[in-house]
Amino acid sequence: MPELYYSHAIREAMAEEMRRDPRVFLLGEDIAGYGGAFKVTQGLAEEFGTERVRNTPISENTIVGVGVGAAVCGMRPIVDIMFQDFIALAMDQLVNHAAKFYYMYGNQAPVPLVVRTPAGGGRNYGPTHSQSLEAWLIHVPGLKVVAPAFAADAKGLLKSAIRDDNPVVFVESKLLYGVRGEIPEGDYTIPLGEAKVVREGDAVTLIAYSRMTIESLKAAQILSSRGIEAEVVDLRTLSPLDIDTVAASVEKTGRAIVVCEDCLTGGISAEVMSRVVEECFDFLQAPVKRVAALDTPLPCSDVLERAALPDANKIVAAVEASFAAYP
Amino acid sequence: MSQDLRAVLRDMLLIRRFEEKLDDLFSSGVIKGTSHLYAGQEAVATGVCAILRPDDMMTSTHRGHGHFLAKGGSPSALMAELWGKATGPSKGRGGSQHVADYSIGFLGSNGITAGGLPIATGAALAAKMKQTGQVVVAFFGEGGANQGTFHEAINMAAVWKLPVLFVCENNQYAMSTRYDEIFATPTIAARAAGYGIAGEVVDGTDFFSVCEAIERGATRARNGEGPSLIEMLVYRYYGHSKSDKCEYRTREEEAEWRAKDCIGKLQTHMGLSNEEYRTILEDVDAEVEAAVEFARESSEPEIEDLESALYA
Repeated sequence: MPELYYSHAIREAMAEEMRRDPRVFLLGEDIAGYGGAFKVTQGLAEEFGTERVRNTPISENTIVGVGVGAAVCGMRPIVDIMFQDFIALAMDQLVNHAAKFYYMYGNQAPVPLVVRTPAGGGRNYGPTHSQSLEAWLIHVPGLKVVAPAFAADAKGLLKSAIRDDNPVVFVESKLLYGVRGEIPEGDYTIPLGEAKVVREGDAVTLIAYSRMTIESLKAAQILSSRGIEAEVVDLRTLSPLDIDTVAASVEKTGRAIVVCEDCLTGGISAEVMSRVVEECFDFLQAPVKRVAALDTPLPCSDVLERAALPDANKIVAAVEASFAAYP
Repeated sequence: MSQDLRAVLRDMLLIRRFEEKLDDLFSSGVIKGTSHLYAGQEAVATGVCAILRPDDMMTSTHRGHGHFLAKGGSPSALMAELWGKATGPSKGRGGSQHVADYSIGFLGSNGITAGGLPIATGAALAAKMKQTGQVVVAFFGEGGANQGTFHEAINMAAVWKLPVLFVCENNQYAMSTRYDEIFATPTIAARAAGYGIAGEVVDGTDFFSVCEAIERGATRARNGEGPSLIEMLVYRYYGHSKSDKCEYRTREEEAEWRAKDCIGKLQTHMGLSNEEYRTILEDVDAEVEAAVEFARESSEPEIEDLESALYA
């Protein structure tokens, strides 16, 4: 199988869908000639022209709203929000418009909109360029939220998102853009709403998504050398959440650690943990634990940022603490 | 034209009587929730729709019943929606502020102040990309002109020369707040210069003035010359919403505006006899009564659809 960078897999998904469907077009800041802040859309304007790869003014709320308006009129826009932090500026159009139109207007017109946005810390960008705000989004009925960890999933899930008739927020990881992965050949999609067991084990289930899936796999390697075989479940889609795949794993291992890059309080980990407790209580041999970012803004300083964010070593420590307290 | 004007007058009266009926139904608690009545501003909605093509589109506001009816929406369906019934266009999920009928190009009333401006801009972008020749009207109030979306959407539409008419219905009060408390300039239309687009102020109580301004704007839009900002000076006869007693404005001011009533003006212009006027009014009242009966008799929405209707 050929290998692609995560960022190139995303670009390839958009290019293939734009070739397949003339209704698909891109809207965003600096996405045309410049190729986007992370070069994800580089080259697309050359192939598809600046009508379909459309640079916008810096107006996040209206960029999303224009996407909604075009979507209800039969187009299939992909909106680029340069940093997920800026989604704060677009929340009205996302929450009160994109998420609600299909439902509150009596199912007259779907809103086939994709909002792509890179999240996460680890690059010392500081408090307003590093956040993981997915939890805000899963709290809104009507939005679907996807957050892939691997290049192959990024491509297949983005193609599904573009073909989906509902608004989908597609959360990308800045730190994973430069990571290569094997990509299946040809036109393939991966269904939204399906988690995946990416490493099998019998002692503990690590539940993660996006970059924390990669950190969980690293942690599993370390744990394996210490005699603990961890199973890793990559959520891939955060809303709707595939609790069945998670529950099947936790019922097998009897132990669950939820690993998320967003901050702890009210985070994705809170929702996943609640669902695990509801679904798997009788199978649990230890309390469910969470490894997440500290409840602080993410500082710029490398030392401080590392201290605030979860990583493989913190996951290992949480697993070992669980076994120490509940052998 | 005289026959056309009779239809226009009928449309204005339909909106007026529909809203007056609603005021009764809300005040007496027959209909729950809240509403924002359009009475007083009828010349704007009917004038805009007299110029638009049937396939042109519009986004509306929280005060959207008049826009919906003028665009050709069914009074019975609208009444059913306000009543929360399954036969409303939004199946009772939307209510007064969230009514859409895509089949007539009515892209929705909207509970978020100035929330429709980006939507209209997006609809206009779709029309341009698909080369349909449609124009889109974005209604908003003067209160909405101070939202960020006003600036963002007008600028974007201007840069891309999109076929949008930004129609501001300046009814003098943003809820209870007077125009001069929240604007430092005498007109909103003057802001058009800041976006490099055409702007004008129009007597929104005069049907013909509204038509002429919209005609100019629609022609520019269809010629690829981009959006316009058209400020209609109007007055709402009722309070902002159901519970508003209008203590922030004087009865004298209300009387001054009532003396300029758009329906009275058109009736005078047409030289309509009282008898002819009464005939139209009776016809309209019968239609409003039929709408009330339709809504009253309609089924409640299915609870089974509450969750299953969420995703397309």
